[in-house]
Amino acid sequence: MPGKSATIRLHVNGEEHTLAVPVQRTLLEALRYDLGLTGSKQGCDKGDCGACTVLADGEAILSCITLAADAQDRKITTIEGLASPAGLDPVQRAFADCGALQCGFCQPGMMLSARALLNTCAHPSLAQIKDALSGNLCRCTGYTKIYEAVQVAAGMRGPASRQPVASERAPASDSVAHAVKEIVP
Amino acid sequence: MMTLPPVEVLRPSSVAEAVEALQKHPGSRVLAGGTDIVPNLKYGMYDTQHLVALRGLSKELRYVRLQNDLHLGALCTIDQLAHDETIRRCAPALAEACSQVAGPQLRRMGTLGGNLCLDTRCVYINQSYFWRNALGFCLKKDGTVCHVVAGGQRCVAAASNDTAPVLLALGATIKIVSPRGERELPLRDFYLADGIHNTVLRPDELLTGIRLPKDAFAKRQGFAKLRTRAAIDFPSLNMAVALEIEKGTVKSVSLAVGALAARPALIKGLDDLNGQKADARLAEELARRAHKQCKPLTNIGVDPDWRRDVLPVLVRRMVLRAAATAAAAS
Ligand SMILES: Cc1cc2nc3c(=O)[nH]c(=O)nc-3n(C[C@H](O)[C@H](O)[C@H](O)COP(=O)(O)OP(=O)(O)OC[C@H]3O[C@@H](n4cnc5c(N)ncnc54)[C@H](O)[C@@H]3O)c2cc1C
Ligand code: SF4
Ligand code: FES
Ligand code: FES
Repeated sequence: MPGKSATIRLHVNGEEHTLAVPVQRTLLEALRYDLGLTGSKQGCDKGDCGACTVLADGEAILSCITLAADAQDRKITTIEGLASPAGLDPVQRAFADCGALQCGFCQPGMMLSARALLNTCAHPSLAQIKDALSGNLCRCTGYTKIYEAVQVAAGMRGPASRQPVASERAPASDSVAHAVKEIVP
Repeated sequence: MMTLPPVEVLRPSSVAEAVEALQKHPGSRVLAGGTDIVPNLKYGMYDTQHLVALRGLSKELRYVRLQNDLHLGALCTIDQLAHDETIRRCAPALAEACSQVAGPQLRRMGTLGGNLCLDTRCVYINQSYFWRNALGFCLKKDGTVCHVVAGGQRCVAAASNDTAPVLLALGATIKIVSPRGERELPLRDFYLADGIHNTVLRPDELLTGIRLPKDAFAKRQGFAKLRTRAAIDFPSLNMAVALEIEKGTVKSVSLAVGALAARPALIKGLDDLNGQKADARLAEELARRAHKQCKPLTNIGVDPDWRRDVLPVLVRRMVLRAAATAAAAS
């Protein structure tokens, strides 16, 4: 059974869109598959991971468990709308400067949660940053650089310049064990 | 990718319209914040054809009113309750519990009514249809056996809502509206020991709000929660205590524990503790009794033996913390 469809109006990144979608369409599906805004990620699709985080009237919410029709009266901001014609949002700049990412999958959600925090609290404490980002999972970075990036975006510090970790130099691989024996056919 | 099954969404703009819609469409379900029902619908846990969305009722049902007692509307968000000044003063344990629900996005979306009516949870049910089909369906949906209790005839999926133990311990009542009118019910009579549907709520009834009697404000309150990560995770155990203390002696005490089976448990037989000194011995005794009455199961994917072992430790610490706080302002 294909189900009913409905006409909805979404206000996304400053633009109005009128869409005909199935009634049960989620906001995430509408963004990605009807509007082509694939920056919002489909991670778990069930409210666990935060990869689908968007801003609704400035508040971070999960688009994968929000009906598109329920987003109609709210101004939605996705990662595509974070930068302005004047350039990147300070949050985006800081995440890049701090190298606060590895695979990048969590980043759109992470940056939007960070933006929502900075909109209500210009100089958050580390505890406030951790709390605001606690609904966004990152499987790669270990979070340290992400927290740092939020502080940098808030103008509370500069990006850390880290010395490469000093460790004993490992012996060159050809000086040990497995000298490759030539295989003679 | 998990798509929602086809449904029709009704959007009433008043409580009266909402209960009429529920009555008119048998099998329909309420959609409040959607943070529980949407994932569950994606799992294929319900055969619902109609959702009754409550968004249009937020003006009517999003109130925090202190009029003698504390009245909270069902559509207050969890985040709102965690930060509200009146609640922090009158019911600090409720604010604490709310601040520990899920993660920040979910707290902004989820509501008090949805939390109290949260469907029970189990590692064998909150899974995709494919997963459940592969293992073999269970009693709660589509099947005939329980994977938690061998030979069990009743679903024991866990009540996993963090506000329930607090509101039980504090003696809250709930307001229920149906096409037949309004009724008020002590929360302790709301929950049933049946994981398939663990409340007395009938299909055409709406929980519209709660009332916290003012005598609760003067009680020492405590909440504690065990979970794997400090955010996002549902409780592996949760509990709350309300202590009435006069001149260092207990006048009354109630203790509730959740995340065990379908019904959040009020620990029984505590009346004989009235008159005792509110000291470390009391905390120890409450811990002992809770340990005796609470048996964690394999319905939650965290070792039940370990949960049973830490339960009395958490109770003892929570009671000591609560006893040490000044009574909340009345
Ligand atoms: C990843 C994740 C983690 C979570 N962690 C926690 C946690 O740690 N602790 C916790 O307590 N919860 C947790 N939750 C569950 C949920 O977010 C909250 O319990 C929330 O408060 C539910 O409210 P809602 O408005 O979103 O409910 P909905 O999903 O809208 O509804 C939940 C159920 O209640 C019914 N219902 C809702 N409102 C009413 C009403 N007024 N009258 C009658 N029936 C009603 C619905 O029909 C549905 O069956 C988590 C959810 C997710 C996805
Ligand atoms: S407790 Fe048993 S019947 Fe209930 S959901 Fe879990 S496996 Fe299914
Ligand atoms: S995709 Fe929405 S929370 Fe994971
Ligand atoms: S950078 Fe890979 S999940 Fe965060």
